Amino acid sequence: MQSNQKDKVQVITGNEACAEGALAAGLKFFAGYPITPSSEIAEILSLRLPRVDGRFIQMEDEIAAMGAIIGASLAGAKAMTATSGPGFSLKQENIGYAAMAEVPCVVVNVQRGGPSTGLPTLPAQGDVMQSRWGTHGDHPIIALAPHSVRETFELTIRAFNLSEMYRTPVILLMDEVIGHVNEKVILPGPDEYEIIQRKKPDVPPEEFLPYKHTESCVPPMVSFGEGYRYHVTGLCHDETGFPTNDPVEIDRLLRRLNGKIEVHRDEIIDVKEDFLDDAKIGIFAYGSTARSARRAMLLAREKGIKVGMLRPTVLWPFPEKFVRPMGETCSHVIVPEMNLGQMAHEVEWATCRNAEVVKINRVDGEPISPQQILDKILEVAS
Amino acid sequence: MFEYAKYLRLNKFPLIWCAGCGDGIVLKAMLRAIDKIGLSNDEITMVSGIGCSSRLPGYVDFNTLHTTHGRAIAFATGVKIAKPEMTVIVVTGDGDATAIGGNHYIHAARRNLDLTVILFNNNIYGMTGGQVSPTTPVGKKASTSPYGNLEPSFNISGLAQAAGASFVARGTVHGAHMLEKFIEKAIRKKGFSVVEVITPCPTAYGRRNRMGTAVNMIQDLKENAVTLKKAAKMSPEELEGKVVTGVLVDIDKPEYTEEYAKLSEQLKNKVGVD
Ligand code: SF4
Repeated sequence: MQSNQKDKVQVITGNEACAEGALAAGLKFFAGYPITPSSEIAEILSLRLPRVDGRFIQMEDEIAAMGAIIGASLAGAKAMTATSGPGFSLKQENIGYAAMAEVPCVVVNVQRGGPSTGLPTLPAQGDVMQSRWGTHGDHPIIALAPHSVRETFELTIRAFNLSEMYRTPVILLMDEVIGHVNEKVILPGPDEYEIIQRKKPDVPPEEFLPYKHTESCVPPMVSFGEGYRYHVTGLCHDETGFPTNDPVEIDRLLRRLNGKIEVHRDEIIDVKEDFLDDAKIGIFAYGSTARSARRAMLLAREKGIKVGMLRPTVLWPFPEKFVRPMGETCSHVIVPEMNLGQMAHEVEWATCRNAEVVKINRVDGEPISPQQILDKILEVAS
Repeated sequence: MFEYAKYLRLNKFPLIWCAGCGDGIVLKAMLRAIDKIGLSNDEITMVSGIGCSSRLPGYVDFNTLHTTHGRAIAFATGVKIAKPEMTVIVVTGDGDATAIGGNHYIHAARRNLDLTVILFNNNIYGMTGGQVSPTTPVGKKASTSPYGNLEPSFNISGLAQAAGASFVARGTVHGAHMLEKFIEKAIRKKGFSVVEVITPCPTAYGRRNRMGTAVNMIQDLKENAVTLKKAAKMSPEELEGKVVTGVLVDIDKPEYTEEYAKLSEQLKNKVGVD
């Protein structure tokens, strides 16, 4: 390792990497509320943001924090909040607002055990379905799940990029293990990642339609105070942004909102494939659980068992295109999760039940160990 | 004749408000106040929650944001902090700001964030059909207090004062000129400002409580309004059922966005120290 590279080595946690990633992406406004195990993200940003012309505020509650980031984003700031299970539940109504009014923002959820107050200091992956369907009504959403500290940095930047590109809230679904684990990393420098800004209108104010039905399904966006005065509402609205009861307009709006993720699905989804070429047994794993799964896969391969793994970094939209072939080539697909099988159902339908989906579930606050997954591989292989 | 049109989105008319609703009087007073200050349409962001009064931003040609129930002040907090040069006005109601949104109301006052809150107090949830609100007087009927309300009311202005607001005034739609002055002062004030406006809801409140026509209700406001000066000489018994109007608080103290900007400057000038 060259000496200048050595200087860049740091030992940091996932929560620290998340804060750094957000700053690298151009975060200018953070609103939060104390909650374990995500509080470090707020603490770091309270220290850093005022030094870079950013603003940090601890709000009176989780709902307010979500509302504040939407307001800040409309005023032109890249905005984020961070929370965990109970706080994530409280934010849901305003997450729906951001989806409906198409306001870019990033919501970090460092998952802990639930339901309710559950296990504040222990990991879980129980909010996978809530991040998809937590707020009412059909709505678009993107959710990302990092499996390491470095990837947390990268996916935080990607979360901002996706939210700006598609004008949608993006959920960064971490878990307590990733949030608190210390890892040795060299974070990428500014020339190693791309930062995307929201697309501005190329028409004068009098021709501007804030919710125009464009081909990309994503209307250009302008901040408050830039001379394009417009109306933003959570009510069903037409292209001008004003409320409407016209069934044709309502249908058009909701199909475009949901369609914008569909249309761009291939650009959004991202999976890491490992040894899937010759695999007879597949593993579908995400977040910190994927670390144990990878170890188990390597141990099984040493024993001559052909195991491969698919690790999505984007959970929503679901990468069915990559899951379907596993059903054709594998006899079994093992899905380890720190919940009672939330993603396993998705894998089941995506593989068209061609392969047997085998669940490994833990909800006791303990991570799933490589041995536990290896045992299942051996059981399935025999 | 004052030219309201330059501030209005006339193509969004007619207003959804009922005939006789007091909300339009507040809208006009607000626009006259804005004109006096000389703010341009671009410099104003108007934020509202949910309810009849919260539909107001749809009709004015500013940057307008109609949010979720109770959360207008939370959204406005983000707008103001991200763009401190913007004049941010919150339009809200008694239910919106002091029931579901009560927490944001008191904390924005405590922070002394430079927002102007115009709080339409009509003693009822009008839009949803007349349910009891935190300011429905004891004994009054609502669709969810059919036998008369048992709960004492909030003193909305007192709440803002106790929580730390820089400017608090109470007016009624009967005293529209006074209202205009209060709103002007509130917007000019650097700090958290509240103008509580007592306004009649003849449809969902007056009708159920046999208070007569909209005109009768405004006449009642005229009769029940007592200026601060007068009120000072009255006993608590005499003040029962009266509406005390006037500027209740007008003080200068450090404002949140200015304090944060100072901190930010200090930190940027201090190199390499953590
Ligand atoms: S219901 Fe009451 S508050 Fe609402 S518009 Fe009608 S009169 Fe006004």
